[in-house]
Amino acid sequence: MEFFQVQFSKADLLVVAPELVLAGFALLILLMSAFIRSERKGFLGYTALVGVIVAFVSLYWEMGIEASAFSDMVRIDPFSLFFKVMILIIVLLTVLISLAYVKREGIDFGEYYVLVFFAAVGMMLMASGANLLIIFLGLEVMSISIYILAGIMRDDVRSVEAAFKYFLLGAFASAFLLYGIALTYASTGTLDLGGIGRILAERTWINGLPILITGLALLIVGFGFKIALVPFHMWTPDVYEGAPTSVTAFMATGVKAAGFAAFVRVFFFALPSLQPYWTEIMWGLAVATMTVGNIIALSQDNIKRMLAYSSIAHAGYILVAFVAGNELGQSSILFYLLAYCFMNLGAFTVVILLGKKGEENTLISDYAGLGFGHPLLAVAMAIFMFSLAGVPPTAGFMAKFYVFSAAVKANYYWLAVIGVLNSAVAAYYYLRVLIYMYFREPEKELTIGGFSPAAVLAVIISVWGVLHIGILPSAFLSLARRSIEFLL
Amino acid sequence: MIELVWLIPLFPAIGFLFNGLIGRWFNLDKRIVSWVACAALGLSFLFSILVFFALLKIAPEARDAVPDKVLFDWIVSGDLKTVIGYKVDPLSIIMALVVSGVSFFIHIYSVGYMHDDPGVTRYFAFLNLFVFMMLTLVLANNFLLMFVGWEGVGLCSYLLIGFWFDRDAPANAGKKAFVVNRVGDFGFLLAMFLIFAHLGTLEFNGVFAGAHSLDVVTVTLITLLLFVGATGKSAQIPLYVWLPDAMEGPTPVSSLIHAATMVTSGVYMIARCNILYSMAPVSMAVVAIFGAATAIFAASMGLLQFDIKRVLAYSTISQLGYMFLAVGVGAFSAGIFHLMTHAFFKGLLFLGAGSVMHAMSGELDMRKMGGIWKRIPITFWTFLLATLAIAGIPGFAGFFSKDEILWQTFNSGHRYLWLIGAAAAGMTAFYMFRLVFVTFFGRCRASEEVQHHIHESPPVMTVPLIVLACLSVIGGYVGIPHILGGRNIFHEFLQPVLGGHPEATGHATFSLVKPAFASEGAAMGNGINMELLLMGASVAIALIGIGIAFYLYIRKPEVPKRLGERFKTLYTIVFNKYYVDEIYDACFVKSTKRLGTFFWREFDDGVIDRSVNMVAKLMLWLGGVLRRIQTGRVQGYALGIILGAVVIIIFLMR
Repeated sequence: MEFFQVQFSKADLLVVAPELVLAGFALLILLMSAFIRSERKGFLGYTALVGVIVAFVSLYWEMGIEASAFSDMVRIDPFSLFFKVMILIIVLLTVLISLAYVKREGIDFGEYYVLVFFAAVGMMLMASGANLLIIFLGLEVMSISIYILAGIMRDDVRSVEAAFKYFLLGAFASAFLLYGIALTYASTGTLDLGGIGRILAERTWINGLPILITGLALLIVGFGFKIALVPFHMWTPDVYEGAPTSVTAFMATGVKAAGFAAFVRVFFFALPSLQPYWTEIMWGLAVATMTVGNIIALSQDNIKRMLAYSSIAHAGYILVAFVAGNELGQSSILFYLLAYCFMNLGAFTVVILLGKKGEENTLISDYAGLGFGHPLLAVAMAIFMFSLAGVPPTAGFMAKFYVFSAAVKANYYWLAVIGVLNSAVAAYYYLRVLIYMYFREPEKELTIGGFSPAAVLAVIISVWGVLHIGILPSAFLSLARRSIEFLL
Repeated sequence: MIELVWLIPLFPAIGFLFNGLIGRWFNLDKRIVSWVACAALGLSFLFSILVFFALLKIAPEARDAVPDKVLFDWIVSGDLKTVIGYKVDPLSIIMALVVSGVSFFIHIYSVGYMHDDPGVTRYFAFLNLFVFMMLTLVLANNFLLMFVGWEGVGLCSYLLIGFWFDRDAPANAGKKAFVVNRVGDFGFLLAMFLIFAHLGTLEFNGVFAGAHSLDVVTVTLITLLLFVGATGKSAQIPLYVWLPDAMEGPTPVSSLIHAATMVTSGVYMIARCNILYSMAPVSMAVVAIFGAATAIFAASMGLLQFDIKRVLAYSTISQLGYMFLAVGVGAFSAGIFHLMTHAFFKGLLFLGAGSVMHAMSGELDMRKMGGIWKRIPITFWTFLLATLAIAGIPGFAGFFSKDEILWQTFNSGHRYLWLIGAAAAGMTAFYMFRLVFVTFFGRCRASEEVQHHIHESPPVMTVPLIVLACLSVIGGYVGIPHILGGRNIFHEFLQPVLGGHPEATGHATFSLVKPAFASEGAAMGNGINMELLLMGASVAIALIGIGIAFYLYIRKPEVPKRLGERFKTLYTIVFNKYYVDEIYDACFVKSTKRLGTFFWREFDDGVIDRSVNMVAKLMLWLGGVLRRIQTGRVQGYALGIILGAVVIIIFLMR
């Protein structure tokens, strides 16, 4: 068992520099929150902001490096770098929107930022893990933090219920994942992703194929739960609705990105030899996920629930690229996630800005007349909705375009057709928000509980991201391609 | 220096953003707005000149091989890679000079002309945007970016024709221009698709380098489709109908967009694609024939109009016909030469007309003018110089360019087309001098009140008139033909791009009618005499046209009326512009509307809407059903996960 003897050097620390920075700042904030006076708690948020920026700076030293550390447990390569940047962007936007929100909702504990940071560390480990166990550890670090975050509004029944449900089902799904890892280990004798890939390519596995295949199926279930694929999605609407909105935004983007990062790395790097087995399954999951997500979203009245189903549907679109599996398909997975993180975070930020203490205004009908009362905010929301619906010139359009053209190129015509039909259906519920904003008289006075400049900055960053990626997509697509090509 | 070419379109873009956003938002003073717009154009013009001189420093044979200035990748999708890139070669820089230069002076003129208009900020924002788009069109290094400019100028044309959108006529005219142009743009798009399908690139360098691999049929189809695009933008038969109506816009707009720059972009595009056209003799012949037909047809419609801007509009269509005739017979540089001189004198004519309107309290009908030449001397003299130029009087710019076109037409063996062109030249001289005589001479027929107000325009308007007048006089001297002892510098400059020799273009490219004729003429050694002879003939025709105008409108002003009654039918038909608008309305507009109504009522409402609504209802119902699975009970959710896992395992184990 020599690979469990972990040795490390200082150079290894560089590979996990942003993780270390975030963990360090998390501990610092924890310490500070014990001593800080309660009226100065806002300071914690700004410390968190500094932490994110330092983490960004630490990433700078990792640029262009391709190395593995801790006896091949973690890797730094263009792929993990891409996701680390994306996760840091998500954390940055989350902190920005949280600054005022946590205060408003009375959850301005230091632990809030600490948990966000620990979750981000877990996400980064998922993206950079080169060993199934590290990926599992990352996933658990992330999940446990998120369970608590979802229930951080202790007095709110829905929040507690969300946390409890998520925890129960998450633990359940983790067991599947772990069992899958165990079976994979049982048949290949290694947990190292590269090693698994080699053994499968040489067809020198120890035990029979059935064990391997069962392991594969359980891995799909485990990851499928985290990225909310149908039929492992049912927790999503309840949890998204019940959790504090800033946490929902963080989960909907960060967890999904990290889940896909691990999913892609395991399946395209370690298990490509099993592609004939998993492609058909993914095909079915993609169709089911897109269709169920979109159709149930049609009849939602609560915008957080609607966005929850929409996030399910988006995972389905990404899975289409997964099935296509060609070069464009793989790059478009990354491209889609990047586009998705901007448009989804942006939409949730608007949702936050429209609420106030005790009155969340999360019904779609609450948006009536927003276009006249708050024209700029409404324009931003319209841009996010157009992007989610896939209307040019937004990021969402280009992302869908690349995904579906990848499917067509790989001769998955039916999948592309189903995907396009699905986005047509989806347009209905996104545009419904616009209808309310611009064509309905307001039912009640919409007062915004004071614009927080940080949240407005988050909206601006998101709008910029959506439009920049949508109008000048090629640079981002080639970045995505460079980030993934070495994996193959 | 040449790398700075991207600054040329950048300045108007900044001007547009500044005026359109900051100017509108903060309601800036209109002086700031006007001078920002003019300064943007001034800088743009300055950089065009600098790039021009930088290009001159390069050896002539290398001038068409200046590397494109690529700013960044724009669309990369599969095999399609399009960049935002600018091309500097003699052709594009001439166009950039003409566009930025003429625009600059027209902008200055506009400061005076639009002085009292409340929408002046919007006006200058659109005008800057137009110039940005036009410069994008002429400097683009690929078809797609050119198309962006092509559509952009169309958009600006629409916005500026309908500038006074609270009145019906301008709004409808803008709409008409837009719709008619879309017909042409369709051709351009199809041509672009064909080029990409066959050559796999849209960059000019790649397309023209690979063009030899195309077969004749394809290249003919491509060039014909491009010409369809050109007929829309450059107002040629059959799509010219929007241009006369476009005169509803502010006069400087007519001058800039509908005389000097935008409408010539079709000519530029064909000259740019000269390699493709040279491979497609049939397309060349089509271009030449349509050009000649437009030249005479539009000229004849201009004969009897009374609205001075409409006369100028038909004149523009007719002159554009000349340019197409030139490129159609392979005399590409002659076409560009006429494009340039026309920009000077026709821009000036429109500005002059604007100045006359300014003096006459907005009057456009020349029947209500007359005898005002002493009251507005600068306007009159500059207008006269431009008229002499367009009529083809020796020594003025139009003479050199128009004569080169006619000679090249004849020399390439198209004697009938030459005849048409010469006849149209006579008509041009006639209607232009009719315009001058009726407007400026004779008895003043305006009302007392209007007469009282007649005054010369302020210097901000007259200085551009004077500058353009100078250019209308001397602009032709860059292209003095060999026969008159010149070198035709203009042609030599363009030669790296457009190829050929001034005397040889006709021979080299093609001769549809009678290939032997041209060489025969040259071999006999009387080619030169022939050129002089034809030159004399066209001057004589022009003088005859002027003479008739003088006789009819100065000596015997009562004659035209009598003639009109004598040939009533002919008069009515020509006066009503051959009823083309009415025919189009009956054939295309009405029937399309009927078809549209049918599809709307029967097909759309009855079939599509109903089935879409059914699907929507079905989906909503399905959503409601599926929603019930979402009970909120954790046990159910866990069961779902297990069932999913089981199904997957069973599927994999099968």
